[in-house]
Amino acid sequence: MFVALITQAIRFSAVFLYGSTGETIIEKSGHLNLGIPGIMCFGAVGGCLGANMAYNAGMSNFMTILIAIIFAMLFGGAMGLLYGWFTITLRCNQNVTGLTITTFGAGVFGFWVTLMGEQGVRFYRASRAFTAPMFGEVGSDWFSTMFLSHGTLVYVAIIIAVIAAIVLKKTRTGLSLTAVGENPAAADAAGIKVIKYKYVSCVLGAAISGIGGAFYLLDCTRGSLEPGVIEGMGWLAVALVIFSLWRPGIGIFGSFIFGLLYIAPNYINGVDFATKEILKIIPYAVTVVVLIVISLFNKRETQPPAALGLSYFREDR
Amino acid sequence: MTKIHEPLFHLAKNSNVNPRRKWALRGIVFVISFFVCAIVSVGLTGKGMDYFFKYFFEGLFGSERNAWNLFHETAILLLIALAVTPCFKMKFWNIGGEGQVLMGCLGCAVAINFMGGKVSDAATIIVSIILAIAFSTVWAVIPALFKAKWNTNETLLTLMMNYIAVCLVNFFIKSVATSGTGILVFSNGVVGSIFGNEFVLKIIVVAVLTTLMAIYLKFSKHGYELTVVGESPNTAKYVGIKTKAVIIRTLVLCGVLCGIAGFLLISATNHSINDTSVGGRGFVGVLISWLGQFNPIFMAIMSFLVVFIERGSNALANGGISLGESYPSIMTGIFFFFIIAVEFFVNYKFVFREDLQAKIDLCTAKIKGVFSKKKQVEEIENSNKASDSVSEEIVEEAVEESAVTVEENEEIPSTEDVEEKEGK
Repeated sequence: MFVALITQAIRFSAVFLYGSTGETIIEKSGHLNLGIPGIMCFGAVGGCLGANMAYNAGMSNFMTILIAIIFAMLFGGAMGLLYGWFTITLRCNQNVTGLTITTFGAGVFGFWVTLMGEQGVRFYRASRAFTAPMFGEVGSDWFSTMFLSHGTLVYVAIIIAVIAAIVLKKTRTGLSLTAVGENPAAADAAGIKVIKYKYVSCVLGAAISGIGGAFYLLDCTRGSLEPGVIEGMGWLAVALVIFSLWRPGIGIFGSFIFGLLYIAPNYINGVDFATKEILKIIPYAVTVVVLIVISLFNKRETQPPAALGLSYFREDR
Repeated sequence: MTKIHEPLFHLAKNSNVNPRRKWALRGIVFVISFFVCAIVSVGLTGKGMDYFFKYFFEGLFGSERNAWNLFHETAILLLIALAVTPCFKMKFWNIGGEGQVLMGCLGCAVAINFMGGKVSDAATIIVSIILAIAFSTVWAVIPALFKAKWNTNETLLTLMMNYIAVCLVNFFIKSVATSGTGILVFSNGVVGSIFGNEFVLKIIVVAVLTTLMAIYLKFSKHGYELTVVGESPNTAKYVGIKTKAVIIRTLVLCGVLCGIAGFLLISATNHSINDTSVGGRGFVGVLISWLGQFNPIFMAIMSFLVVFIERGSNALANGGISLGESYPSIMTGIFFFFIIAVEFFVNYKFVFREDLQAKIDLCTAKIKGVFSKKKQVEEIENSNKASDSVSEEIVEEAVEESAVTVEENEEIPSTEDVEEKEGK
């Protein structure tokens, strides 16, 4: 049972990891995107459409996954572009825009689920491409089951997070992005193209988050459509960004812990439903504690980006 | 000499706009967004415009009950928006309205669950009000304390506390009704109807609270202090405002209002509790407060419009063709996108490059010239008709004249002229 628990935890952690890596990239540019739940819903719609199309065209597993990813990124990225246009060009309040995107995205997703239900479209078959183990048939020992039996997208999530961590920490691009998020006016004066950085990070981050939604529907639920769940997972992804102190590297471990806490209640026997509800608080409570502790120590490295939530207008004094 | 490239236009803050123009712009955008909603609905249902309008307006005003529902939903939404407004004015980004109201619901439900039917209804109601206010005040003050003490990021903290509140409500429901559907229904100890109408109470309460809040924000010392803290924390410090005390005091006020909202939702409306009792109103309240410019009157208008779209499209979704529960969210989303975008055009203006500006001025002058001349022509025509004795020649002359003056206008207006115009 323990092996099964860890295996499932790793599987679910990928959803949080996609969401939080995307949101970290966005927040690094000084934009608090509360639309992540909505963007993940959009990505889920795109991913499912893409996967179904590729499956019906009789494509191989690899192509099905690739097309699903591209569609999920397109759908998520489109919402990211909308968010970026509102908050960067039109300089609207970020919280307000983000909440609107969440409302809209969740609405579109719910509507789409109803529509698919009425039309009798199912994604069980298309999802087989995603649940198929990436490394083929592996042994049944505990190590192989825990770490090598997952679908392709689980490993893709980790690869993306590692790349994001390296880019943010080690490259000039990452440094410039951090500068934009900390003090856009100074970055602008230093010759960094602030608007460009903001747009790219908003769209790219949203596209990555979009894959998370598609992954949840096509891998975790094996293609069965559940309205409402992705939204909750999106909020947890936003929480994970804080938990990981804005570092995708820590996010890999953080997402595992979140995944574990998320599915643990299903594996614990002998407790009543009420206690299970209390267990669900843990990820949020831990995030609250982390948030308070980082503000308590007030160390510079662990703070949110200084310009988080503020619009940048060059002519402001 | 190198030629400096000057962009065609740049943006500038538009600080002194005529408020009447602002609201005219918003009104126009509301109408546009409504028609976009209509077009999207027509596209999705495949039926004509008349179908959309029929179900939309029948759902809103079709029966007396529907109309009452429209106003009482507006009242609840407005109350939640009112609760978070002082926080926003203080630039305390409290997006935890959802959780705070839900805690109010929980407090109310706890009181009703343990007292309902055992003591008199009046006692239950009083205790449930007190508990609702106590619960949501605690929920609102926790982030305020951390913000005041350690400057903890309140946006993220309040967001997380929303979900803890959801879990707590589920915990309460599951521990009271071990085998249930997740909804706890109450029959005793709730506020029923007053004067034979279940909606009036809420509308009156919210109307009174809206007035009080408008006065509090505009005329009281407290309201002034929290505005100063929001606008400039340093100024607040220098003039001796106790910032920490102001933050905590304001969040207590927010908690009290959220508690009242929770009480009204559980005891006076739903008579039941589940984890979606607030149903996203906390988040929509945040949007309304911000889009209503933190002005209670404008917020009332805004929440009416939101409920208008939401209930109308809800009726449409449950009408002839079922569109599902999520359909109203799409419509409100579209509506909000439009209303948010218009803020940009209210707050910023385009400043064009000088030569381009000159061309634009010329065009507007031309258009204005044509229109004013046309008006003159019309006036002449009218007067002619009135006098009934002048031939058409004069009219023709007037038209020729207008052509001449337009040509005269083609000279590029000097910068002084432009400045004068802008000044006006």
